Amino acid sequence: MKILVCAKQVPNTNEVKINPETGTLIRDGVESILNPDDDNALEAALQLKDANEGSTVTVVSMGPPQAKDMLIECLAKGADDAILLSSRAFGGADTWATSNTIAAAIRKIGDYDIIFAGRQAIDGDTAQVGPQIAERLNLPQVTYVEEVLKCEDKKVTVKRQLEDGYEIIEIPMPCLLTAVKELNTPRYMSVKGIYEAYEKEITVWDEKDIEADPNQIGIKSSPTRVFRSFTPAPKGKGVMIEGTPKEAAAKVVDELKKKHFL
Amino acid sequence: MAEIGKGTDLSAYKNVWVFAEQRGGVITPVVFELLGKGRELASDIGDVKLCALLLGEDLEDMTKQLFEAGADIVYTANSSLLKDYNADGYTKVVSDAIGEFKPEIVMYGATHIGRDLAPRIAARVNTGLTADCTKLDIDPETKGILQTRPAFGGNLMATIKCPNHRPQMSTVRPGVMDKAEVVPGRTGEVIPVTLTLTESDIRTKIIEIVKTAKDMVSLTDAEIIVSGGAGLGDASGFELIQKFADQIGGVVGASRAAVDSGWIDHSHQVGQTGTTVKPKIYIACGISGAIQHLAGMQTSDLIIAINKSPIAPIFEVADYGIVGDLYQVIPELMEVWG
Repeated sequence: MKILVCAKQVPNTNEVKINPETGTLIRDGVESILNPDDDNALEAALQLKDANEGSTVTVVSMGPPQAKDMLIECLAKGADDAILLSSRAFGGADTWATSNTIAAAIRKIGDYDIIFAGRQAIDGDTAQVGPQIAERLNLPQVTYVEEVLKCEDKKVTVKRQLEDGYEIIEIPMPCLLTAVKELNTPRYMSVKGIYEAYEKEITVWDEKDIEADPNQIGIKSSPTRVFRSFTPAPKGKGVMIEGTPKEAAAKVVDELKKKHFL
Repeated sequence: MAEIGKGTDLSAYKNVWVFAEQRGGVITPVVFELLGKGRELASDIGDVKLCALLLGEDLEDMTKQLFEAGADIVYTANSSLLKDYNADGYTKVVSDAIGEFKPEIVMYGATHIGRDLAPRIAARVNTGLTADCTKLDIDPETKGILQTRPAFGGNLMATIKCPNHRPQMSTVRPGVMDKAEVVPGRTGEVIPVTLTLTESDIRTKIIEIVKTAKDMVSLTDAEIIVSGGAGLGDASGFELIQKFADQIGGVVGASRAAVDSGWIDHSHQVGQTGTTVKPKIYIACGISGAIQHLAGMQTSDLIIAINKSPIAPIFEVADYGIVGDLYQVIPELMEVWG
């Protein structure tokens, strides 16, 4: 089987802090990581590779040159090769234009059975690029995959997470699946893997390599525009209730009654 | 299909649409929130209709509910192929309906279905889509939509426009907008869409749909939520949280830390990557208040926080803060709550 994984390098948003004086994001010193859901997507691909001899896993990412570090991590975990889509022409793209870029690259790769992507990236949280790649490539999709139950006879059976339960869905290959964190526990890089990863060449493609239509990529072609961005206004701080647990409980309930919440 | 989206005459697009998601013949609660917001947007634009698009089977009761919640027109797609949500069938039918009737705004609930469907439609009809909006306004000058959403884990808000493409599309976070007022007996116009869907258009096969919890629904609808976090210490802490919630008619929520520790199912998670809630009373027990969590609960009417650390960020948004051991404070609260 030939498996593709779409991955993104993201800032670790858990570490992003707001400068209380300027109200702006502090991004200095924030590490860049493999997007968590994409790590689950990669793991799902590697598990299928382990179970199906002769399979290969190729990771595709769009990003700046430093995203190579993330791709090296993917190789060290066991991916066979990695392609970085990097060009100024791709920059500032919204999901519509990003999916055009990645889909163009996948068309160039040509042959594949399953594309895994993470459900969403933690910097934007949109969950849009996966389904949009599927649409561009005219592939069936299942998003929010929390278990791969079966993969045989050119068909995959998956468990799709819903808010109040799940669905079991059978989908023919080639197809696109997006992974949630419940899908698996991603493996660590192995020492051998790290050693081998640095021996490998990461392919870098620009807009000419993937024969992208200039009217379909980058910020200029993006239908959506960021009009403004701002830090959320903090809610006003309330009252700290003093006293023993018993006294504090009584005071809070008193306040709630006064304000007719109880 | 006809080329729509960029380069077309924007003025040809009119009316505000709500995708009326249904599961098993029951309209998803967020749809009524979209109708509430949709009515505001329609009157801010002026001279446009609020419409719902309903796909499924046996649509009469649901159509009636949509009218009572404010829809002027309900576009219907009635087919056994649309009984349960499937990406292929729904993408085709909604995209074709957009091409046929040309709405200027289409809103979807940011549910697991809306977030599966809306991106595909945006790609097919060549327009922009803004994910997980928490605020929608009409620009008084251009009459275009201003879509505000959190990014960077709730650290940053961004307002997004879609100036040159139509329709302007958003997924909207459940639990954020106020529900539409229901007027019993209110009615409107039913317009069936042109259906060309065939069985071979649908490539996936649903083997089974299993409902395991009603928690997600009740979290967004709950009047009282009692949430537990890392401060519980272990999974058994949720027994106390549950007891407290049961006594006061509340629902159990959780922080990401508690969910990631495996103490409770993710369907209980409140926050940026979980459920956004705005109950009347939110009680945060042993939750430090990471920005991801605050993003999902800080619009609650009243917030009570119990935490051992006096500098926990949760106290920055709490109306009432109690510094102390939740295992001592909760039993006392249960004693006096009534």
